[in-house]
Amino acid sequence: MKRTIFSNQLLPWLLLAPQLIITFIFFLWPAAQAVRQSFLREDAFGTRSTFVGFENFTYLWNSPEYFHSLKVTAVFAISVTILSMGVALLLAIAVDRMIKSTRVYTTLLVWPYAVAPAVAGILWWFIFNPTIGIMPYLLGQLGYDWNHISSKTDAMLLVVIASAWKQISYNFLFFLAGLQSIPGSLREAAAIDGAGPVRRFFDITFPLLSPTTFFLLVVNIVYAMFDTFGVIDATTEGGPAQATNIMVYKVYFDGFIGQNIGSSAAQSVVLMMLVLMLTVVQFRFVEKKVAY
Amino acid sequence: MIENRPGLNLLAHATLILGVCIVALPVWVAFVASTHGATDFMSGTIPMWPGPHLVENYSKMLGAGVSTSGTPPVGTMMFNSLIMALSIAIGKIAISVLSAFAVVYFRFPFRGLAFWCIFITLMLPVEVRIVPTFQVVADLGLLNSYAGLSVPLIASATATFLFRQVFLTIPDELTEAARIDGAGPMKFFRDILLPLSRTNIAALFVILFIYGWNQYLWPLLITTSSDYYTIVAGIKRMADAVDGLPQWHLVMATAMLAMLPPVAVVIGMQRLFVKGLVETEK
Repeated sequence: MKRTIFSNQLLPWLLLAPQLIITFIFFLWPAAQAVRQSFLREDAFGTRSTFVGFENFTYLWNSPEYFHSLKVTAVFAISVTILSMGVALLLAIAVDRMIKSTRVYTTLLVWPYAVAPAVAGILWWFIFNPTIGIMPYLLGQLGYDWNHISSKTDAMLLVVIASAWKQISYNFLFFLAGLQSIPGSLREAAAIDGAGPVRRFFDITFPLLSPTTFFLLVVNIVYAMFDTFGVIDATTEGGPAQATNIMVYKVYFDGFIGQNIGSSAAQSVVLMMLVLMLTVVQFRFVEKKVAY
Repeated sequence: MIENRPGLNLLAHATLILGVCIVALPVWVAFVASTHGATDFMSGTIPMWPGPHLVENYSKMLGAGVSTSGTPPVGTMMFNSLIMALSIAIGKIAISVLSAFAVVYFRFPFRGLAFWCIFITLMLPVEVRIVPTFQVVADLGLLNSYAGLSVPLIASATATFLFRQVFLTIPDELTEAARIDGAGPMKFFRDILLPLSRTNIAALFVILFIYGWNQYLWPLLITTSSDYYTIVAGIKRMADAVDGLPQWHLVMATAMLAMLPPVAVVIGMQRLFVKGLVETEK
C-alpha cells in the first residue's frame, strides 16, 4: 500500500477506462453470454431459442462422447506435462553442471518457446508424414507401421510430442533458475559426507526444487489444456475417431462446425470452472504451501 | 560443480548435445525441405541435406505465394502478423500501465471492484469463450480488420499485475518529492514512473510480441478475406490446400518464415526475454 497518493477522483477512472471497457466488451459480456446460452437451446434454423434449464449440462453429463473427450484431455495433459518436464529437468541438470558453456546451451535450448503451437504441429506432422516423413521410415526399419491418420495411438503420440517439444524450453528455463538458486554449500556438505551425485540429487536437489516443480505442473497442465489448440487443429483436427478431441477443441468444433451453440456454451462454462479451479490452486497452494 | 568427475561431465555434454539435436530436428527438416524442388518429394523419404532451390522457393513465397491455396503472398501475411503483434504488445502495455497507475496511486470508490474485474480476465482464455466473443466482434462489425485482430486480445490481467508490482517497489519518497515540487499526477507518471519501469516494459514487450505473433485460433476465425490473413493462421490453410497436390517445399518455406521473427527476437534479446518470462509468472 502506498502512503503517498494523489487525491483526484475523476482521473483514476479515466486511466482505468480503456482497460475496463475492453474487459467488459470482450471478456465479461461474452462470458455472461456463454452462461446464458448454456441454458438455452436453438432450433434447427437458429431463429428461436428456448429456455431449457440445465438440460445442456445433463446432456453433457450423460454423453459418452463428452466423457471420452474428458479422458482424452486427461491423457494428453498428463503425457505432455510428464514428457516436457522430464526432458527439461534432465537438460537443466546437465546445464547446471556446466561453467563456461551455460549460456551457449541455454540459447540453443530456449528458442522453441517462440515457435507458434500451430507451426510446431505442422513441423512434426511433416516429420511423421506416413508417406514421405523420416520418422515413419525409421520406425518402418524397426518393424513399426506408423500411421497417425488411421491409428489412434499414433495420432495421440504425434500431438503429445509436438506439444511437449514446444514447452521444453519454458520448463528448462524455470528448472535451471530453480537449480541455480539452491545454495552450493548444501550439496558440498553432502558430498563431504560421502553422498554420490545420484544420492545428492534425490535427497537435496529434488526436494529443494519442489516449489519450481509444483509451479511448472500447474502451468503445464494449463498449457496442455488450453494453449495446444493450434497443435491439434494444424495436425489431427481431433481425429481419428475423436482420439485427440481435447475439450477446448470440442468447444470450438461443436460451436462453429457443429453449430450446436447450447452445448458449446455449456462446455465453455465447464471449462471456465476448470480454469477457475486451476487458478485458485496456482495462487493458493503453489505460492503458500511450498517453501522457497 | 561440487567435485571433479570427468565421466559425469562427459555424460552431461552428451545429454545436452543430444537434447539440442532433438530440439532442432524439426526445424532442420523443415529448412532442408524448403530448399528442394517439388519433384524431390515424389520419391520416398525427404532428403536430409539442403538442395539448390533456397532462393527460388523463398522469393516465390514472399512475392507471389501459392495462388491455388487461396492465400496471399507470405510477405503480406507477415506484414499483417507484424501489425497484429505490435498492436497487441503496445496496446496491452499502454492500457495496463495506465490502469496499474490508477490502482496503486489513487484511492477511489469501487477500487477493489475495478481490480477484480481486471483480475477475472486471467480466468477466461479466448479459446474457452470463443463462440460468444466471436459473436460480439461480428456484431461490432470488426471482422476482417486490424482492430478486430488485436483489440479483443489486449486486455490483460498479467501485465496489470506486473506493473502494479513494479510501482509498489518504487519508494514513496519519490512521490513526495515530486508533489513538493508541484508535479501533478500525470507529470509524475510521465517523468518518474515510466522512465523507472523502462526495462520492465521492454521485457514485457518481448513476451507480448511473441504472444501476438503466434495467435492462431482468433485470426483464423475472424479473417475471411485473404487481405487480413496472418502467417501463423494462413499456413494451415496452405497445408490444407496442398494436401491433394503436395507442395511441401513451399509450406515448409512458409513455416520457416513464420517462426523467423519471434525466434530472432528470443535469441537476440535473450536477457530481456528471460526477465519477461520470469516476471509475468510471478
